[in-house]
Amino acid sequence: MSRIDFNDSGAVVIIGSGAGGGTLAHELTRRGIKVVLLEAGKRQSTETFSQVPSEAFAQLTWLDPRTQSGNWGVARDFPTLPAWHCKTVGGTTVHWTAATPRLEPWELRAKTTYGEIAGASLIDWPISYDELLKYYEIAERRMGVTRRNGVPGLPASNNFKVMYAAAKKVGYKQVHTGHIAINSRAFDGRGFCIQQGFCVQGCKMAAKWSTLYTEIPRAEATGNLDLRVECTATKIEHGADGRVNAVLYRDAQGKEQRQKARIVCVAGNAIETARLLLLSESSKFPHGLANSSGQVGRNYCHQLTGFLWGIFDKPVYSWRGATIAGVVEDEVVNEPKRGFVGGYRMELVTLDLPTFPLVGLPYGWGRDFASILEGYRNLAGVFLNGEDLPQSDNRITLNPNVKDAYGLPVPHVHVDEHPNDQAMRKHARGQMSKMYEAIGAKRIVHGPIPPATHNLCTARMSADPRDGVTNAWGQTHDIKNLFISDGSALTTPGAANPTLTIVALALRQAEYITREMKTNSI
Amino acid sequence: MDALVNLNRRELIKTTTGVLTGLVVAGSPLALIARGAAWAIDLGALTSAEGAALMAVTRTIAPHDKLDEAAYALVIQALDADATKDEKFRATLKEGLAQLGSGFSSSAENDRIEALKKIESSPFFQSVRLKTLQVLYSNPIAYAYFGYEGEAFSKGGYLRRGFNDLRWLPEVPPEDSGPLPA
Repeated sequence: MSRIDFNDSGAVVIIGSGAGGGTLAHELTRRGIKVVLLEAGKRQSTETFSQVPSEAFAQLTWLDPRTQSGNWGVARDFPTLPAWHCKTVGGTTVHWTAATPRLEPWELRAKTTYGEIAGASLIDWPISYDELLKYYEIAERRMGVTRRNGVPGLPASNNFKVMYAAAKKVGYKQVHTGHIAINSRAFDGRGFCIQQGFCVQGCKMAAKWSTLYTEIPRAEATGNLDLRVECTATKIEHGADGRVNAVLYRDAQGKEQRQKARIVCVAGNAIETARLLLLSESSKFPHGLANSSGQVGRNYCHQLTGFLWGIFDKPVYSWRGATIAGVVEDEVVNEPKRGFVGGYRMELVTLDLPTFPLVGLPYGWGRDFASILEGYRNLAGVFLNGEDLPQSDNRITLNPNVKDAYGLPVPHVHVDEHPNDQAMRKHARGQMSKMYEAIGAKRIVHGPIPPATHNLCTARMSADPRDGVTNAWGQTHDIKNLFISDGSALTTPGAANPTLTIVALALRQAEYITREMKTNSI
Repeated sequence: MDALVNLNRRELIKTTTGVLTGLVVAGSPLALIARGAAWAIDLGALTSAEGAALMAVTRTIAPHDKLDEAAYALVIQALDADATKDEKFRATLKEGLAQLGSGFSSSAENDRIEALKKIESSPFFQSVRLKTLQVLYSNPIAYAYFGYEGEAFSKGGYLRRGFNDLRWLPEVPPEDSGPLPA
């Protein structure tokens, strides 16, 4: 591991070591570029991951206080936790369940495909699927995505047998164990999945892809990476020329440090990324960095999600096995006759017993509530993952009334549902219920919308600088040496779990940054 | 099993304000480590009567008739521990229980439900409900009762321990699933 001097203004500073930041760090360092990687969290490992869900939650989760508002279910059911993502080396790739579908070509043309929708701030992506395709392929090979490149699909678990029979019974055709970044066989120096069902607590087999034990160690091996853990970025500074030139951060001892930078890439997950840009306001940029469009923090999307459980009269033992290894993809189409635009996936899901009543069930108590738990061993689970529509006022702002440990305003998350979101959810719940009932479910339970695990679009790419924050390369329109390298850059959410797209964009962005640096363009 | 140790160890100390006791159920995970036929918890903030009343509250919130009472005792223990550390919470618990009245534990289930519905939005009820959900379902007694097998890594996962042993539905064709790893 190399040590880069605080005053080395030739360094690229990346903030955040997750799917975007970790991948970018590796891609730049292996091309000979010096990178300082700031990570707010600690460094865990397959040895330190805990199989006690409450311990793992405390160990990995971003728990700094946030406030929220809006009519979305999360504000009511999980008032202190609008989003569930990670604060740890590897970012949210440590706790994710590893679903890696691609966006569909028409999803990158959301505005053209769906048309003008009242209340929605839809635009098309500034790149086409064809431009992204090459990077999807590289990402899938690198991550060992199943059912691509000859990698076998994961085997069918009990929970998936239920999903498969149910989906087929109602006529669905595209039902399989999913495109999943979990090793179905040993690959890349990592073991195969032993079907533990503790994906969310960190994979102790390293069978599930995470930058923690792939991209980051490889970046370190180049000698060009300076990974600084427990370092929280608090401000990005700029010069009189408007270019960014340093990152202020608090180190592990809480002491303020300043790292000079030739280029800054922000990959702190969509809430913190937007927050950092807003916190970096100055007299030259009174609305925050890269915010001449006013779009920083706006258009926040989290995808339509929610649990649905079927209780049968025979055991399923759904906790046994990789959490998300199953999907029904027939509804990933744009078919307005269903009553909404955009598509959705139905994904296999399970929850361990301790977590199930806390996150998987709607509010309740008494006999009826207890009877659901009595059926726990006979439970099958499915998770909705669909496209929510961007709205200008669904946004991240700074809360002037609540400060964090460093005296900085905490992020405020505001989300109101769009009628399209509600129509999609109604349809999806109907379909998922129908599926389970068709094969004999005795009871259907609608779970809540959990704290957002997919946080997107708060610094979105746009062709027109007035519509977004970044260009086709994730480079901010306003500041040439400032990049966004996480899910904030996605223009619209689509129905696909976003990590594969984030990795693909980072791979592509790395090529661009390298080229621009070599030609001294930035 | 650590969670169960405190059910098994009694140290009558000066600060004990009350006690909760019950019988060890044969075959329960607790039976593996219990020293005798009974379990007991020392309470550091609640009286024995308050402990018993709180037990009735938690059993009304999450009624599992055949679930060993020892699992519920762990909830009471956790609430009592919080009350020992936090004066404000101690007051919330005691006032909430006082409001329910001394007859609460012995009243019929429907009466207990009505009484709790009346105070449902109170911090007292919400705290007890949340603690019930956090503790009742995360101990070895509950695991055994609900059939959850828990921690898997040390046992080689579920790959060879039933992750795909369901037989009441057809097997998934290989083209839609995948092979077992070698």
